[in-house]
Amino acid sequence: MTPILSIQDLRKSYAGGFEALKGVSLDIHEGEILALLGPNGAGKTTLISTICGITTMTSGQVSVGGHDIVHDFRAARSMIGLVPQEVNLEPFEKVWNTVRFSRGLFGKPRNDALIEQILRKLSLWDKKDSTIKELSGGMKRRVLIAKALSHEPRVLFLDEPTAGVDVELRKDMWDIVAELKADGVTIILTTHYIEEAEAIADRVGVINHGELLLVEEKSALIARMGQKQIEVQFGEPLGAVPASLARHGLELGQDGQSLIYTYDTQAERTGITTLLNDVAQAGLVLRDVQTRQSSLEDIFVGLVSDRKPANRPGEMQ
Amino acid sequence: MNWTAISAIYRFEMARFFRTLLQSFLSPVLSTSLYFVVFGAAIGSRITEVEGVSYGAFIVPGLVMLSVMTQSISNAAFGIYFPKFVGTVYELLSAPITFIEIVIGYVGAAATKALFIGTVILITSSFFVDLEIVHPLAMVAFLLLTCLSFALFGFIIGIWARSFEQLQLIPLLIVTPLVFLGGSFYSVSMLPPAWQTVTLFNPVLYLISGFRWAFFGMSDVPVGMSLLAITFFTSLCIGAIWWIFRTGWRLRE
Ligand SMILES: Nc1ncnc2c1ncn2[C@@H]1O[C@H](COP(=O)(O)OP(=O)(O)OP(=O)(O)O)[C@@H](O)[C@H]1O
Ligand SMILES: [Mg+2]
Repeated sequence: MTPILSIQDLRKSYAGGFEALKGVSLDIHEGEILALLGPNGAGKTTLISTICGITTMTSGQVSVGGHDIVHDFRAARSMIGLVPQEVNLEPFEKVWNTVRFSRGLFGKPRNDALIEQILRKLSLWDKKDSTIKELSGGMKRRVLIAKALSHEPRVLFLDEPTAGVDVELRKDMWDIVAELKADGVTIILTTHYIEEAEAIADRVGVINHGELLLVEEKSALIARMGQKQIEVQFGEPLGAVPASLARHGLELGQDGQSLIYTYDTQAERTGITTLLNDVAQAGLVLRDVQTRQSSLEDIFVGLVSDRKPANRPGEMQ
Repeated sequence: MNWTAISAIYRFEMARFFRTLLQSFLSPVLSTSLYFVVFGAAIGSRITEVEGVSYGAFIVPGLVMLSVMTQSISNAAFGIYFPKFVGTVYELLSAPITFIEIVIGYVGAAATKALFIGTVILITSSFFVDLEIVHPLAMVAFLLLTCLSFALFGFIIGIWARSFEQLQLIPLLIVTPLVFLGGSFYSVSMLPPAWQTVTLFNPVLYLISGFRWAFFGMSDVPVGMSLLAITFFTSLCIGAIWWIFRTGWRLRE
């Protein structure tokens, strides 16, 4: 399957000479949801802005639906919808007008029924005649989404759609994303909330210092890089880690009745067998065994704090 | 050509204008009336005629030009500056439209507004003086061309400006003096010879002179020169805008 969005060795240097993107390559398939994670200043917005035509690229190639974004920008851009990170709206315009304007700007014929449907879905219908300045922050963010959806994009960029948004709206947003995905829309979203990526993304990309550190299926990522913990519960309180088990580097559980063993799922020997053997040798009575997988957050923090991760797939430089 | 997009921009800009229609309408009526009171009545009582035309009538083309030029510039400059200021320019830059389409939308709307105001002034003037227009078609053509070329110029200023102060700077420091010194309210022949020569370097003179020729059939400079000047100015602006969009200057940086 040819990717709907193909980015090849994309570089962007700002006027001051600062290189915000250092050769990013990425293919995104139709209908998938990609979450881009990265700390402040990583280059997420720059990546999106370059693809959407808001800033010019320094070098590289990007195509959307097979259309080059420079040479065939009309075809490429008419497939793209963008919800920017900043709430950029004209304060004195009415909601309805500004959304209708977006549709016209993208060359789509007037379709009031569609705009009504979008506004209703985003719970903005009763605000359609309000001016932007009369709206709350969360409502403004929804207007930005309505504007992007008004021209029926096939690829949607959401630059931190849930920053500064309450829990309920965040859940709404996730539902909207799920609906769009069901309609076959490809979604690229940036976020600082790792649980968000975990909740809605199919694939996760981590970007830092203008480099894409990794892109991987969410589940594979967690499985590949995650650490696992085994918690072994006993029938009676232990008080301390028994001396005979000291070599396993165990922690005592909070209730004092369990031991926690952390291991790397990737390691050749996980050490579980010997641990359980030693436990039996020590004459302890097992009551229960639980395993826990570390979250994406642990992985993310591990990657980003580590400037040059050792086990990076397909080292790009 | 993406006419849907052009009309979306045009109508969006015009909607801004219609929201303040009363203000847009009243202010030229009021200022024109004031000009007639001050210039027409006060000065006109001393200078009764300029080259066979009553002074009141003589200043009408200058008055129209003064407003049309400043309005075209400020409307177009504001039209494109405001999206930059509030950040909505992202939408223009990411839309599947060419720079020509953006320019037609914004400049077209700004020129339309200026044309409206010019017409209001002309009608208001006709209440104060008897106006006979010798070459009505040429008058309309000059008016349209001026609206257009100054709206193009304003568009450039709007892209260049990084603050509201800068937005005002060029109209205030350059355009208004040039318009006033370009023979809006007097004939160049009324100046001392040395100043007449200096005035010939003022591009606005050619526009006002041509416009006045369309009204009264007489002018400070040959009407062909006026046409040449406005064509040159328009091409210069179009060239500059073309370069701006080519390089993304102050838009995509
Ligand atoms: N217009 C600009 N001129 C110069 N440098 C810029 C410009 N825009 C961004 N940068 C720089 O490029 C780098 C990447 O910025 P970018 O906005 O892409 O980060 P981000 O990943 O979106 O961060 P955040 O999570 O804070 O939104 C930053 O170091 C920033 O300072
Ligand atoms: Mg950002």
